[in-house]
Amino acid sequence: MDTMTTILQPDHATIPGVSKPVKSRAGRRVHGLSDRAIAWLFVAPTIALLLAINIFPLIWMIRLSFTNLNLSMSYLPLRFVGLDNFRDILTDEDVWFRLQTTAQFVISSVALQVVVGFGLALLINRQFRGHSFWTTIILLPMMLSPAVVGNFWTLLLQPQIGPFNYLISLFTGVPPSSFSMTGQVSLAPWTIVLVDTWMWAPYVMLICLAGLRSIPDYIYEAAEVDRASPWRQFWSITLPMTVPFLMLAVLFRAIENFKMFDMVNLLTSGGPGSTTELVSISLKRAAFEKWRTGYSSALAIILFVTVFGAANIYVKTLNKVKQR
Amino acid sequence: MTAVATKSTAHSIVEASPRTKAFAGGFVILYAVITILPLLWIVATAFKSQSDAIAYPPKVIFEPTLEGYVNLFTVRTRQTPEFIAKLPPPETWYDKLVRKRDMVIAGPSKVVPRFVNSLIIGFGSTFLAVFLGTLAAYAFSRFRIPLADDLLFFILSTRMMPPVAVAIPIYLMYRQLNLTDTRLGMILLYTAVNVSLAVWLLKGFIDEIPREYEEAALVDGYTRLQALRKVVLPQAVTGIAATAIFCLIFSWNEYAFAVLLTSGEAQTMPPFIPFIIGEGGQDWPAVAAATTLFVVPIVMFTVLLRKHLLRGITFGAVRK
Repeated sequence: MDTMTTILQPDHATIPGVSKPVKSRAGRRVHGLSDRAIAWLFVAPTIALLLAINIFPLIWMIRLSFTNLNLSMSYLPLRFVGLDNFRDILTDEDVWFRLQTTAQFVISSVALQVVVGFGLALLINRQFRGHSFWTTIILLPMMLSPAVVGNFWTLLLQPQIGPFNYLISLFTGVPPSSFSMTGQVSLAPWTIVLVDTWMWAPYVMLICLAGLRSIPDYIYEAAEVDRASPWRQFWSITLPMTVPFLMLAVLFRAIENFKMFDMVNLLTSGGPGSTTELVSISLKRAAFEKWRTGYSSALAIILFVTVFGAANIYVKTLNKVKQR
Repeated sequence: MTAVATKSTAHSIVEASPRTKAFAGGFVILYAVITILPLLWIVATAFKSQSDAIAYPPKVIFEPTLEGYVNLFTVRTRQTPEFIAKLPPPETWYDKLVRKRDMVIAGPSKVVPRFVNSLIIGFGSTFLAVFLGTLAAYAFSRFRIPLADDLLFFILSTRMMPPVAVAIPIYLMYRQLNLTDTRLGMILLYTAVNVSLAVWLLKGFIDEIPREYEEAALVDGYTRLQALRKVVLPQAVTGIAATAIFCLIFSWNEYAFAVLLTSGEAQTMPPFIPFIIGEGGQDWPAVAAATTLFVVPIVMFTVLLRKHLLRGITFGAVRK
């Protein structure tokens, strides 16, 4: 792990074991550009692109969030309304309801994925024969397009013709057309959790597996010598040493599910009614169906700030895991 | 996190007992089979006829047909049997298949242009992102850059933003620049999203290449650029290829931007697939056929990438 402990090393570091003296910067400049110039030349295009595609529009959007712009009524004069949009959003019961729906979705799906993913990782870590083949199979869902996944699950979950209801009815005896996973208020929130878990439990699994494999054997051997029970070994060795990895997975899944749009949009499109209308779907409706650009810009900024904060914590965890 | 941890010797006390292994193996295989069933169902549906696809109870055994694929690639019109009887005999197998359903082929469907869009936008944005990403990653890896940590965080944070929120100002900006529903617009957008992954991943890969090689090359009179091209890049080839595949998969799978910013000209497959409709609703065999064709490359790439998947999903931080 030594090679990646530090994020940046000075470019003129002397390397132990190399007998040749490293030339100074001034010496290099004789043929070609200086290192400093190259560094900027190499980083600048990426930064420029991100400024053009992300930051400039973001600043524009901040400006719009203080206006009453509505693209379906663009004949109206553009008026600055101050913080009105933000006030409208924060006092709107509907918005709070969407946030609540989103929070429920995030918490239950991430929790389920942790249980399934961590469990699978523990089992796969037993290194049974053929484990790498089956692991690859399990990983497939997370590589697929969430939109395409949402779309084909609507077929699998069709009350009459879908295999899912048919299997449930085989095992429980409930008639297959008596319930609809995507069309019923009581079931739809669980359906999106189920499909999301099908897709992303492998993600948690893969990261947990890395955590489990990072635990050196000698710790278990020492515990074995001390006659620690398997249960005790799990709670005082396995779990604490996998937690940073688990955190990484949980944070990333939480961020991703907080902004979830594609899979749910195709699976339930927020329905029935608005039982599965997550914040992103609500935002899409406000921005691209009602064309309330000023209002939705303000909502988007609130989401940005939330994700930005979470991303900050995520990157800190990332660097912590990296240093191990 | 060393390789030692993954290998346990046969007589290690940490090694699981055969019975534990069998239990673990059985459970994992059961999960894998359940998890793959939905995909197999879709692949099978692509070979069903329309009536088999919506039959109750759902059919596991059926007579396979290529109708789904034919329907995917063609636009058909319904005709009276008398009209069809008067036509010259069908020239191709697919003409024959369609006529059995009292239809004639009226022309190609939009699926090929959508596929081509997916390919052009995918490869275009991947190429740009990997090119820009390699340069930036090399600089971050080898040079002292002021505020490097903050810059790297900024680069990554752009990727984590909710796409629907990002799409609002992009939509307005592209309207001004006439980039709405153009391949160029989508390539630029996907490049911006992919470049952050590319920088982080490639920095990880380049960090692993010992500096000694470059330093030696520099001593031998190479310039930095020559050293990069002749020493570093050849060593980073695997990393660059893995990064490219990750970028390609992202662009290939992306839906939110595509559905909000394209409608025809530059539409890619993900927003197109759900709207493959036949008479009376979704034409499930055709949808399943499109899904199968769309997913096959991803499955192949996943198998190719399996050693690097962990890196890819943790932005290069965790390497096994």
